[in-house]
Amino acid sequence: MTDYVIDARGLTRRFGNFTAVDAITFHVEQGEVFGFLGANGAGKTTAIRMLIGLLVPTSGSATVADYDIATQAEQVRRRIGYMSQRFSLYEDLTVQENITLYGGIYGVSDRDIRQRTGDILSRIGLEHAGDELVREIPLGWKQQLAFCVALLHRPGVVFLDEPTGGVDPITRRKFWELIYETASTGTSVLVTTHYLDEAEYCNRISIMVNGAMAAMGTPAEVRSSLGAGTLDEVFLRLTRPGAAAV
Amino acid sequence: MRSFLGFVRKETLHLTRDRQTLAILLLLPLIQVLIFGFAVRTDVRKVPIVLVDPTPDVATLELRDRIMASDRFDLVGVTGSSRDLDPQFRAGSIRQALVLPGDVERRLGRGDSLAIQLLTDGSDPNTGGIMQGYATAVVERWYADASPAGTGLRITAASRLRYNPTLESSHLFVPGLVAFVLTIMSAMMTAISITREKETGTMEMLLVSPIHPAAIVAGKVTPYIVLGFVSVILVLIAARTVFGVPLRGSVGLLLAECGLYIITALALGIVISTKAPTQRTAMIFALAGLMMPTMLLSGFIFPLDSLPKWLQAISYAVPARWFLLVVRGIMIKGAGLATLWQETLVLVGMTAFFLAIGSRKLSMRLG
Repeated sequence: MTDYVIDARGLTRRFGNFTAVDAITFHVEQGEVFGFLGANGAGKTTAIRMLIGLLVPTSGSATVADYDIATQAEQVRRRIGYMSQRFSLYEDLTVQENITLYGGIYGVSDRDIRQRTGDILSRIGLEHAGDELVREIPLGWKQQLAFCVALLHRPGVVFLDEPTGGVDPITRRKFWELIYETASTGTSVLVTTHYLDEAEYCNRISIMVNGAMAAMGTPAEVRSSLGAGTLDEVFLRLTRPGAAAV
Repeated sequence: MRSFLGFVRKETLHLTRDRQTLAILLLLPLIQVLIFGFAVRTDVRKVPIVLVDPTPDVATLELRDRIMASDRFDLVGVTGSSRDLDPQFRAGSIRQALVLPGDVERRLGRGDSLAIQLLTDGSDPNTGGIMQGYATAVVERWYADASPAGTGLRITAASRLRYNPTLESSHLFVPGLVAFVLTIMSAMMTAISITREKETGTMEMLLVSPIHPAAIVAGKVTPYIVLGFVSVILVLIAARTVFGVPLRGSVGLLLAECGLYIITALALGIVISTKAPTQRTAMIFALAGLMMPTMLLSGFIFPLDSLPKWLQAISYAVPARWFLLVVRGIMIKGAGLATLWQETLVLVGMTAFFLAIGSRKLSMRLG
């Protein structure tokens, strides 16, 4: 037993000769918002896919919600929520039907599904849209809905893979309010993003470069350890050392 | 179980909300039955024929009557010489000519042999062969009846066609059509619906969830199994009411074998979906990999005996070939499981094989 919701030790994934994730070690505490930063191709998504059981690590180990991702994937799956980069609700089903489907898959009782549906819809202001097809509601709401659906079974940790791509700033702000609300109830949030302003909202961040973790800590710690004024500067120094020296 | 039922419900909703696809899936088989039944006939009727009779007499008049009495032939003329036949053949106004020698009556009376020439338009070898057969049968029977009794040895082989005595082509096509409909419905639709989820990203959500991949697949295919059965029943009803195709064997056995073949086809669909990254690729895989063999290498349209040896060898790997033997056996011959167990066993084996491959690929998840 560890006190951490996610505890990764030397987690590595190679594809042939290419090392996508290179021995990363980190942990996420209960109720923490942990940001995964990095350029495209830095290994963020590969790392997440190992933690949620879609990829088998080449070496290293990790526990999620106290279960080993390699040997107890089934238990891990019941205790995590996941929202992918791509919008992942069924467009030709109604809002209500989507919620019912996921509730059923995660074994949430009918009574709880009914009650939580009401909560979700009022939380994101979609009270009257329960019977509308998902394809007919605006993108910003779809993403908030997808997030709430990922939380329907009250997981201990939720993984968000670039959840705010293509969304306007106001909706992004709204989305982050949802993330905070969730963390305040004790659910940990691991979120990948390449919006550096969003990284400032995280309790702790890690910056991935070429599959390895180049920096980790609170946003302030990361900034000061590299003597940088902003995360933008940190990011540039770490990802393009040559350019930063000019 | 609950998540499985929820999944079936979801798939049914996908299917019923997509009205166009649903309509096509239900109507296409019916339209195909009508097209194959009416248009693509290989049995021959009203063949335009000319009788060349240099010296008409009682015996040749009898032959003429027999030709006219048959609806296989349309006697378009009787001439005295065979000189003008070529242009008529070329123009297509006649497709057969029966050229008699002179003095038929007298020669028959003397017990002489009779040299009769039968010319047939062979530009379409299949129908040519059939026309030749019909005409020969008419002439032989006439010759036997017209020869006086006791002249020479009269050995006649009485050949009789079993099961489909009138050689109705619809009897041949309907079983093929059942195989075709089930292949398309089960394999293509499963492949497309699984790859669609891969494309939209919802498959990733499902694989992260605790639902077992087998339950995902079972939930996905259940509505298509039902739809496949509905189609088969529609096709069978249409075949019976419109074309009078018999169903001599057990209906229960036929439906059970259809059920087995549906599972074979959808297992194939799953295998395709594990290989195809997009719906478009899945569609092409299914069309090229399944539709063509099902039509061409199963005995549906072309007799397997007329294929070159190496294509015949390939046809053993086509599930529809075995299913077709089963369906024809049950519908046309009234055969039971006692005679069809080998074909059934081959299908069971193929299904197990495809399911093993498909589930192995799926259990590797998205890795």
